Amino acid sequence: MLRNFLIALVLASFGFIFYNLYNSYEPHTELTGIAAHYAENGASEVGAANLVTAVVISYRSFDTLGEITILFLTAAIISFFLKLSKEDEEKVIIHRGTSELLKTASQLLVPIMFLFGIYVFLNGHLTPGGGFQGGAIIASAIVLAIMANPNMTINHSVIIWVESLSGVSVVLIGVLGILLGGGFLDTTLDGYGLGEFGTIFSAGTIPVIYSLVGLKVGAELSNILNMYQKSQKEA
Amino acid sequence: MNNEIIYSVIAIGIGVLMVIMAVIAILNNKLSVAIVAAGVVSLFASVLFLLMAAPDVAMTEAAIGSGLSTLIFFYVLNKIKRQNA
Repeated sequence: MLRNFLIALVLASFGFIFYNLYNSYEPHTELTGIAAHYAENGASEVGAANLVTAVVISYRSFDTLGEITILFLTAAIISFFLKLSKEDEEKVIIHRGTSELLKTASQLLVPIMFLFGIYVFLNGHLTPGGGFQGGAIIASAIVLAIMANPNMTINHSVIIWVESLSGVSVVLIGVLGILLGGGFLDTTLDGYGLGEFGTIFSAGTIPVIYSLVGLKVGAELSNILNMYQKSQKEA
Repeated sequence: MNNEIIYSVIAIGIGVLMVIMAVIAILNNKLSVAIVAAGVVSLFASVLFLLMAAPDVAMTEAAIGSGLSTLIFFYVLNKIKRQNA
């Protein structure tokens, strides 16, 4: 009785808070402050047709570096907790037999999904999407391949090398920004140029950084899913 | 103006469906149904993001929220079931 009353009290106070928040909310009719600066000067300063990418990779690239680090930590912690012993490696996954439809469809769809993921992160500065989305699409393709063939193994050293090399390269390009640009992780380097607005070779180093981020995120997410898949093994 | 009304009707409908799916995810006794319902909440959320002109967020939500995380939940559920059996 008392418990239900307390729950109702908490819900009512939350409702009161959110109602007040909703009531006092007045939408801005025009951009203000820093948002207006991004919208007006984003195209000329950074050269990215997709303004979201300009903010994520250039203006707020330090946040993105933090996100990459968090994802790396997550992958490391998951592989630490799902660590398999030598005996487990030899076990196989018992499954009820994959359906013919899934097998045939995965052969057709996996290459297309890979290509689409690569397209999304290569065109991150022109169309919606970018490194994180493209990496997630690549990981989805690998999931489909794993589901069609549950005992498939992914070459672990390839994943580790792709992940570490792209991570180091992102930071190195960031350091290049100190030497040739306006500061750490600046995407407009001297002598590199912005390129023609709206083409694939534009927006300074954004396509390079986003491709590296896409490879890194794809490798990490694939690694996480591969770990979970391996944890299903039984004698 | 007419388009705006249609958009709001669709958005409100999706919002109501999201709440229904979230309630199913909490109250259903079968865990597999709850996981699928939670994935559907993410799928509707990504459609809603697309209607709000945020395609970048919509892509992330569709790929990670409703795709990969649902799959990880199923892996964990399978593992728990086997250990309890």
